Formats: sequence, C-alpha cells, structure tokens
Amino acid sequence: MTQKPLIRVRDLSRYYHGLCAVDQISFELYRGEVLGFLGPNGAGKSTVMRMLSGNLAPSAGSIQIHDLDLLAEPKQAKRHLGFLPQNPPLYLDMTVDEFLRFCAKLHRISATRLEDALYEVKQRCGLAEVGSRLIGTLSKGYQQRIGIAQAVIHKPAVIVLDEPTVGLDPIQIRDIRQLIKELGREHGVILSTHILPEVQATCSRVQIIHRGQLVFNEQMQRLTDDFPTTHLNVRLGAMADLELIYSMEGVEGVQPKADGRLIIEIDPEHNPASRLASLAVQKGWGVFEISPQRQSLEQVFVGLTCQEQSA
Amino acid sequence: MIFTVAQRELKVLFLSPLAWVVLALVQFIVAYLFLLHLDQYLLIQPQLATLDNPPGVSEYLIARLFLPASSIYLMVMPLLTMRLISEELQSGSFALLLSAPISMTEIVLGKYLALMGLLSLMLLLTALMPLSLLMVVPVDLAALALAVLGCWLLLAAFAAIGLYFSSLTAQPLLAAVGAFALLLFLWLINATGQSEGAELLDYLALSAHLRGFLSGVLQSVDLIYYLLLVVAFLGLAIRRLDNMRLND
Repeated sequence: MTQKPLIRVRDLSRYYHGLCAVDQISFELYRGEVLGFLGPNGAGKSTVMRMLSGNLAPSAGSIQIHDLDLLAEPKQAKRHLGFLPQNPPLYLDMTVDEFLRFCAKLHRISATRLEDALYEVKQRCGLAEVGSRLIGTLSKGYQQRIGIAQAVIHKPAVIVLDEPTVGLDPIQIRDIRQLIKELGREHGVILSTHILPEVQATCSRVQIIHRGQLVFNEQMQRLTDDFPTTHLNVRLGAMADLELIYSMEGVEGVQPKADGRLIIEIDPEHNPASRLASLAVQKGWGVFEISPQRQSLEQVFVGLTCQEQSA
Repeated sequence: MIFTVAQRELKVLFLSPLAWVVLALVQFIVAYLFLLHLDQYLLIQPQLATLDNPPGVSEYLIARLFLPASSIYLMVMPLLTMRLISEELQSGSFALLLSAPISMTEIVLGKYLALMGLLSLMLLLTALMPLSLLMVVPVDLAALALAVLGCWLLLAAFAAIGLYFSSLTAQPLLAAVGAFALLLFLWLINATGQSEGAELLDYLALSAHLRGFLSGVLQSVDLIYYLLLVVAFLGLAIRRLDNMRLND
C-alpha cells in the first residue's frame, strides 16, 4: 500500500511486574480499515488498546499516530485519536449533552463548531432523543453509545474501541456494528473483541493476539478466498459410487449428508476436485455442485490459540 | 483546557448536595462562634475601655473568629477533596482525560482551580460576618483583608494536600482518611510549643504560619511556606498520576 499508515506500531512490549503481557508487537493501520483485534481473554488485547490511547506507557517500542510519536508528543498525537475503553468513561451525574460538550471542548472543538458537532454525533450514534437525560439513568446500551460518541465527536483519524458491544442486546449490537462499519469508511478503526462473528460482521482485516504475540494477520477477504480448503462440498447424481470416490488420490474421507450432499475431506496438497468432476462425467453420475468449503475464522482462531495450550 | 476541566468540576461540585451541606454546616458553626465572641466582647467592653489602648472590635474578633474557623475548614477539607481524582480512578472515567489532548498538569490544575473556587466562596461567607459589623461600627479593613489572605493561603495548602491524597488511591474514603491524618498532624505538630526543637516544629506547623496573618503582620516566610506546600503537593500529584501510566 502506498498510503501512509494512520498508526504505526513498532516492537511494542509491556510488562506487568516482570510478567510479559505484550511481546514485541508491530502492525499498521490504514485509513478505511476496520482492524479486528482478536484474542482469548487475557491475551493482551486491552493492554494494547490502552497503550495505543496513551492510557498506559509501553515498556518498550514506539507508537506513531499520523506520523506523530505518541510518547514524545502526546498532546499533538492524541488530537487524532478517539478511545473507548472497556468500561465507557462517563460522568454519570451529567446529562448526555453536557457530557458530550465537555468531551468536544477537551478535544479542542471550537465554540462555533461545537453545536454542529454535537448534533451530528447524536444523530450518528442514535442519541438524539436522550440529550437532556442524565447519563446515570440511561441503559447500558445507551451508555455504550455515549462512550462511542465521545470517541468520535472530534472526528479523529484513528478510533480505538475496546470490546464495544459487551453487554448489549442483539438489536443494539447490530446497530453498533453498523455504526463501526460506517466509521471505518472515513476513519481507521481498531476494534478489540473476543467475539468471532463480530469480526466477521465488521472488520476488513483481522489480527489474532495470543499470549502477548501477534500470531495471525490477514485481510478478511483473503480469509475466505485463498485459505487452503480441507473440505469439499459435493452434490452428485444418485448413482454416485462412494467407494470409488474414497479410493481417489487426495481423498481422505467421504461423509454423506441427509440432504444428498457429500462432504469430502481432502488433502489440500492434492486437491481432487477437477479429477472428481471428470470422473463423475465419465461415469454419467451427473454433477450438481462441487465447491470448496471455506475454513472459517473460528477454525483459524481455535487452531492458533488452542494447539499451543495442549503442547 | 485548564478551565474546561475546572468548569466541569465546579459544576459537579455544586450539583452534588455535599458542597451545599458542607457550606451550610461550616457557615452555621462559624456564625455561632462569631455571635458568641461578639457577645463576649460586648460583655467585657466596659472593662476594656479602661485600658490605655483598648482593642477595637475587629482586633478582638479577627483572631478569635478565623483561628477556630480554620480548624473547621481542616475538618471538612478531606470531604471536599477526597473524590476529586480517586472517584474518577474508581469509575474509570479518568481514561477520558488521559486519552484527550491534555497534559496531566492541566488536569490537576483544573481540578485544583475548581476546588479553590468553592473554598474561596466558603471563606467569603466567613468574611461577610465581620464585614457585617460595618453597618454599625468601623472595621479595620486592612487587618481583615490580611486575615482573609492568610486563611485563603491556608486553604490553598489544605486543598493541595487533599488533592494529592485523592490521586493516591481509587477509594475516596481512603483518600479522605489519609488527607485528614496529614492535615491534623501538620496542624498539631507544634502543640506544646515547649519541646526540643520547638522552633523547627513551629516552622513546620500549618497553624503557626497563620498567626502572623491574624495579628496583622505579613511575613514573607509565612507566604512562602504556604506557596511551597501548594507547589510541592500539586507537583507530587502530577508525578504520581504520570507514574501510574508506567507502573500500573
């Protein structure tokens, strides 16, 4: 990519009392991306998020936001940053409007643009109706939205969201995911979560962090297109001979399904798909469908985070 | 930026009943003391009049009013300072300030400024009592102004110490206990005035430096003592919060 990264993280490490929580992580974030930070509980997701937002000082490494070093020029760098921590940082004794005005001023939005920014962010986050309510009296879902609103009111280049959908109901989750996707078009968004469907629904790229290390980094698209398939989804005519298929090179197992489909476990090195098609034509079985079954994010995730534990 | 933080803090202080209750109670006790001493003055005035150089009402009242008022301030101070920072550490809302383009110094000064606003109001309410005598007798305004200045500096030192303790812990109550202990210790450190090194203890005591202001003597050493305390404890609070990011 020729574009300049919004965030450039180099060899970022963090120790808690000698315990290594994050171990030499490096990555970049570009405009228009929604980067999913995935990991099991305690993998170091929140630690990374807190370091990115300047809430926690790294033990080693550097963070650049918009070419500004977060450690050397924190005030400059933080102007381009919006952060939603795991617990939304709200003042429960203020009204929504008061609180968002305060956040806008903290981020140096000028008095002339303040009301516009307030109106816009309330529309965007679905807070238009509750402007004069006390934050403490609102439901968790609304509080979460206020948390997001304070992170985006100043239109930062980078938005860091730490588990933004925790504790929400399914409708709210859908709304917030939609909002994150929208934000991802104009800004760069980093989102940490341990919920796989969330990553699939919102992210354009995914990184998996495990025991403080980045173990996986892939575009979501590639995850579905290029990843080596291990199973074929096949639908043949009724006369198909399973024994014959089983004996083909590269076929490791055949599993007939109730609806007439076959799930064929294959060796990715010797993909028998085309040979299977010719065989079916040759024998006159009829071919209705042969498609690779995609390896899901879940399989990748489980594969990467569980195998080490058993080893 | 400092004012943005201060403005919010002040708003919250006055939204909570705590500030109002504290102001009302302090006012009640101070008013009671004021009336008591005024009564006493009227009682002994005929005897005083026989002296060569009889003390005026302001001279008689100022020290007798502001000294006990200061110890009442000391007692309520931890209640006012305890939640300033520790409540935000507890609820997690401090993260909002940490991720905003604002320095730790601005955060701490903003909160301190808001608190000083409230304390100045409290002191003004106290000063209104001797001022009310203006309606009937002349009051030595210079002496009163000096006493108010002294008390204001004392309050500034109290507040800085309280703020520092509030930055130390995420539990407001603990911050209050810590602040109260140190304030009381520094207040009473020269209690006997007789012991070995009494001069040093006198120098360290919060109360000793108020004496000059209340008796109409402005000494730079008193001024510097209070200012040093303010700078030192605000500096400690800023350092402590900056270090929290490193050692969390």
